Amino acid sequence: MKNIQVYFKFEVNKVSFTPFRVPIVPQLKKNMILSMIEKGLRIDGRKPEDIRPIKIVTNYLDKAEGSAYVELGKTKVIAGVKMEVGEPFQDMPDLGVLTVHAEFVPLASPSFEPGPPDENAIELSRVIDRSFRELGAVELEKLVIIPGKKVWIVWVDLYIIDHDGNLLDASMLAALTALKLTKIPSYTIEGEDIIINKESAKTTLPLKEEAIYVHIAKIGSHFIVDPSLDEEVVADSRIAFSISRDGRIAGIQKMGQGGMSVDEIIKAMELAVTVAPKYFNAVDLVLNKEGNEG
Amino acid sequence: MKYGETPQLIKEDGTRLDGRKPEDPRPIHMEVGVLENADGSAYVSFGKTRVLAAVYGPREPIQKYMVLPDRAILRVRYHMAPFSTGERKSPAPSRREIELSKVIREALEPVVITELYPRTMIDLFIEVLQADGGTRTTGVTAASLALADAGIAMRDLVSGVAIGKVNGVLVVDIDEVEDMYGEADMPAAMATKLGLVTLLQLNGVLTKEEFVQAMEMAKKTLEKVSEMQRKTLLEKYSSVLQV
Amino acid sequence: MAEEKTIVLPGDKLNGSELEVRGLGRNYATYKLGNEVYAALPGVLEISEEKKVFIPLENIYIPKPGDIVIGIVINVGLSYWTIDIRAPYNAVLTAQEFLNRPFNPANETLSLYLVEGDYVIGKISSFDRFRSPFITLKGSDKFGKIVNGKVIEIKPSRIPRVIGKKRSMINMLIEESGCDITVGVNGLIHIDCENSHLEDVVTLAIKRIEAEAHTSGLTDRVRSFLKEQLSNS
Repeated sequence: MKNIQVYFKFEVNKVSFTPFRVPIVPQLKKNMILSMIEKGLRIDGRKPEDIRPIKIVTNYLDKAEGSAYVELGKTKVIAGVKMEVGEPFQDMPDLGVLTVHAEFVPLASPSFEPGPPDENAIELSRVIDRSFRELGAVELEKLVIIPGKKVWIVWVDLYIIDHDGNLLDASMLAALTALKLTKIPSYTIEGEDIIINKESAKTTLPLKEEAIYVHIAKIGSHFIVDPSLDEEVVADSRIAFSISRDGRIAGIQKMGQGGMSVDEIIKAMELAVTVAPKYFNAVDLVLNKEGNEG
Repeated sequence: MKYGETPQLIKEDGTRLDGRKPEDPRPIHMEVGVLENADGSAYVSFGKTRVLAAVYGPREPIQKYMVLPDRAILRVRYHMAPFSTGERKSPAPSRREIELSKVIREALEPVVITELYPRTMIDLFIEVLQADGGTRTTGVTAASLALADAGIAMRDLVSGVAIGKVNGVLVVDIDEVEDMYGEADMPAAMATKLGLVTLLQLNGVLTKEEFVQAMEMAKKTLEKVSEMQRKTLLEKYSSVLQV
Repeated sequence: MAEEKTIVLPGDKLNGSELEVRGLGRNYATYKLGNEVYAALPGVLEISEEKKVFIPLENIYIPKPGDIVIGIVINVGLSYWTIDIRAPYNAVLTAQEFLNRPFNPANETLSLYLVEGDYVIGKISSFDRFRSPFITLKGSDKFGKIVNGKVIEIKPSRIPRVIGKKRSMINMLIEESGCDITVGVNGLIHIDCENSHLEDVVTLAIKRIEAEAHTSGLTDRVRSFLKEQLSNS
């Protein structure tokens, strides 16, 4: 996986290409992944429905209003939430703004290059953004400072720092954890100006819904949850379901160069619904601990 | 986009604002071979959504490094014309267009037999002339017709439509108003003969049961869209059988 | 004829067992899934009592060794020309092949012989999935730079019809017009006649073959068309 050639950034974003600089999985490893899947096994010892071990570090950053560091297996993501005072959208004057951005920084993978976000980074951030937005996860109506003029803008920035597959589930976990930890600075209004009081008490960002993503890869006729990078490269097709706390579907993205039958997609959806509590439990566990200590 | 009052999108008799029943798509129009220069082309409209697609290639890529040794590279651009929307759209690619170019590419890649054309590039350009909801699925439908028109080997055609949920009702082929005020938008594309879903996204929230029902509605509609695509191509060749 | 003709499209099942795929690029026209054969290109399926024949209607010319092709020079290099043969791959014509002697790029310039825009007739000598097609000029005195006449372009998938069964169509065209006609299987045809009127008539005849390629009795219709046109002049 070292011999990846330079990806010419100037072509990025004008058009979408069949990936031609993907990590090369050695043929022998590929065969092994396929033959083990046939027996219901995976190369790292997991069962098809198992997710990798999760490590979450809360309040990873001091200067962000909310942050989390997440490891999903060897995939590592940092989420930082910054709260800024800004203007609302013209067509939604009485709502705060939530924006998700993802950066695939070049230190995370030999296939990442410096430059503006490519289609993969844009897809990732938009898929996460949509899910929070459509679910009404953040109570944006409570983020209004001066109606029609000043609102809180919630910037969720996702930093992929090590890529070993399934960036989506790891990023969503990091984003959700960071949002749950986000504090709104206290402020005073002086005429048209908003004065932020860094020292005084802060309120918690109001969340009314929560969701995580469950990313499922189809290899042969088998489904596996939380694919590693090798598994992603070998997979025929992939699909991710955003699942809310109460088991509704709050977003879907089919990815990869293959297709699935309607029955397979429904089967994958049911698998996602059963796997979702594993991710929620990981978030709850670390936040309860944090709550007890704090 | 769910700010303020949600307008009544389903009337008391169960029909939609434009008079359609929930399971009805808008009037669909398709043409192939509409452009002179392109190797293959198509024009497809779903109601007021109008899309033009053109194929060039397979051909040698201009940048020689952009090749795969065992198959063709597919290069896709989904682009909205500046006059396609209510307010002028900047012609520079937006984040949305970048994502949709990728999603459309991945929707077509399962059917194009790229292994037959190693070391080449197939270019697919999709221009949305008028946007009134369902532009990506109309784009996929047009693109697959343009590929067939170009004589590029394919396993099947791909057909697209968006299923939505408005005022709690699942509806087929949502337009812009239904998309803006509705609860969910689920664009889907299928290679219906192969039974493969090649594009699926969900923007909104559905219960498990609603999702299963939405998939069934998509499948049923896409079989009809595929029939129309086939009819359009058959018309092109109808003269072949006449003496 | 007890023959049934239908149009098939990509994804249509062809029920493989006694299927014969004809015409240019037949290796690209179908694909297998399990035990079934399906169409990958739009085409005509002719079903008679004895057999089924599938002829693709749209096709992309893919070179193969032995093909006679007509191409246009698009680049003059140091020791070879790049030739556009209307295929996904450009062809290579080496200086040594063209001059039929050793060639030293330090002493000579290729643009003395062929420049961008020149037509060349030749034969594909080698091509595979890994290398560009190479053109040889050995094997016929017609091969080389085209200096007279006219080159017309048609769909490559219609070329077999221009040639006809056992060369019946092409022989008829040559006989009736007295022109020298060379068919490139990539869809380019070189015609060299006594006068430009003859060339125009032959062009019209070939365009008619392209348009009506899948109809029967075409050779006779084209013959009477030619006779009629030539007697008018």
